[in-house]
Amino acid sequence: MAEPGFLPRPRFRHLLAALTAAGYRCLGPKVRDGAIVYEELDSADDLPRGVHDHQQPGAYRLQRDDSPRCFAWANGPQALKPLLFAPREILWTSAAGSDGAIAFHPQMPEALPTAVIGVRACDLAALRLQDQHFLEGPFPDPHYGVRRGNLFLVAVHCTHPAATCFCASTGDGPRAESGFDLALAELDEGFIVTAGSPKGEVLFGQLLLEALDPAQQATADGEIAAAAQAQQRTLPSRNLRDSLFANLHHPRWDDVAQRCLSCANCSSVCPTCFCHAEMEEPALDGSHSAHYRQWDSCFTEGHSYIHGIVIRADTRLRYRQWLTHKLGSWHDQYGRSGCVGCGRCIAWCPVGIDITEEAAAVCGGDHA
Amino acid sequence: MAAAKARLAVHKFSSCDGCQLAFLNLGEDLLRLAELVEIVHFAEAGPVDPEAPVDIAFVEGSISTPEDEERIRQIRKNSRWLITIGACATAGGLQALRNLADGPGWIAEIYAQPGYIHSLATSTPIAAHVPVDLELWGCPVNGRQVLGAVRALLFGVVPALEQDKVCLECKRHQAVCVLVAKGLPCMGPVTLAGCGALCPRFGRDCYACYGPAENPNAAALGRRLEGLGLVPEAVARRFLFINNGAPDFAEAGRHWQEQAHDPEP
Repeated sequence: MAEPGFLPRPRFRHLLAALTAAGYRCLGPKVRDGAIVYEELDSADDLPRGVHDHQQPGAYRLQRDDSPRCFAWANGPQALKPLLFAPREILWTSAAGSDGAIAFHPQMPEALPTAVIGVRACDLAALRLQDQHFLEGPFPDPHYGVRRGNLFLVAVHCTHPAATCFCASTGDGPRAESGFDLALAELDEGFIVTAGSPKGEVLFGQLLLEALDPAQQATADGEIAAAAQAQQRTLPSRNLRDSLFANLHHPRWDDVAQRCLSCANCSSVCPTCFCHAEMEEPALDGSHSAHYRQWDSCFTEGHSYIHGIVIRADTRLRYRQWLTHKLGSWHDQYGRSGCVGCGRCIAWCPVGIDITEEAAAVCGGDHA
Repeated sequence: MAAAKARLAVHKFSSCDGCQLAFLNLGEDLLRLAELVEIVHFAEAGPVDPEAPVDIAFVEGSISTPEDEERIRQIRKNSRWLITIGACATAGGLQALRNLADGPGWIAEIYAQPGYIHSLATSTPIAAHVPVDLELWGCPVNGRQVLGAVRALLFGVVPALEQDKVCLECKRHQAVCVLVAKGLPCMGPVTLAGCGALCPRFGRDCYACYGPAENPNAAALGRRLEGLGLVPEAVARRFLFINNGAPDFAEAGRHWQEQAHDPEP
């Protein structure tokens, strides 16, 4: 890989132009409805310049100042997950023929080359897990696969963790170490650009980057290190499986069930949660039907419904299922915890339930 | 030999007629529906035969008069499937707020000749009077719900009803949570999905017009609403609105009314 180069801030638009010329639609952070969301960028002017976030359990607010920076915030409610694992899509349609036989027709998503700008380290770690789940098993998911194969990722190292962030403790950030095509470190005057893949190198070569001043690299490294230091919450990255499963009857599960709304906000914003439900939506005349897949959650009744029985009827069992899977049995399935420390489930929980606090309470003395 | 078409009726009780618009606003699907089934009674659309035996009876509105009580029993006898549509038929509707007040006293105070008013003291859901096979929530219900029910019954299966909360529907639409990002007193976390998360997608808080979802934690949401700055009376009103007669909401509403009148020390 080439040595990192420097992209002066006024030339950031060259990055968008190069990606557009290479055939990608460019998605990036924008402010919509009071939050930073990833949507199509028309120009670099769409970026959230001078926007900062304040996140607390159950609360998220933005404010703006005169900073020139466009990536001086921690993650909003979503990033890559909805772009790859669609919230709702048709998997196949079926139609009854004149002979009474039913014909099935697969429905594949359009292959749409997509560049995502501003991806954080926590979301790259989550993407790695989603890839494992959707692509690396014996039955790769073709819908996810089409979108994944058309993705170009421009990471931005995180320098502004929220109070809800704990990626340093899970080992997933704040520096984007791998899994990107290009990575940017934002400084007031511009960006340090690093290539991370062969297709990233091609783009890198088109950017006419300037030589990097070692002082700039030192500033960027210092900010990323400070972002790790600033984090207030922690979760152990080691396997909590045994601690969690030894405490299945801990009174804390009853305590959290009193507070939990079982509303599925946590699992919906979680970048690694992948549960879905499938349903049939027949045409009114019954001649044809669409088979949908949509986001589901272990917090719904339908998730544990099996032939007349609901296995997890109450909130205590649903929250316990979520936490013991995410932090426990995930290790058996994917070789690591399902938590990447993004803190979304804390901020976007309407009642502010904190996964780090609940895990510590349940695992008690084992938690360290 | 072609099977006889299923016979369908749409009945109205105490209500605003808005749920019947779920049929009338269907456009071309209304014509398709009329081909699939025989619509024998639907006064707002034309056909009138309220006593006719039917396979599927949709019932809008709450039981609010002595005449209603008698009429719903007859409809039950005449119908194979009885399906309530909307908040009035399913939870008593907005007019069930009178169950929490001195209804007869109000009538006596407001009307010059109260003797002409033949209302019951309460407004109650259909299921409080006769067995109901299926309840479609919403204020109003939409075309997707009523057509989904008809289609499933024509296939000979029990319709799969929505169980999830509005939050999940919001997230599937990539709507930004108005409770977390704006501090609005959103009822989404206890409310049944099915509306398409209409209000939150337009930046306003859900007011629970689809009634309680399965496993609602009204107590926890009430505490959160108080934390957002609502006084107990205001929290009570969030629950005691369109679906005030739904048991989960009624209980939460009573609790917060008690808090308003007799706060814990």
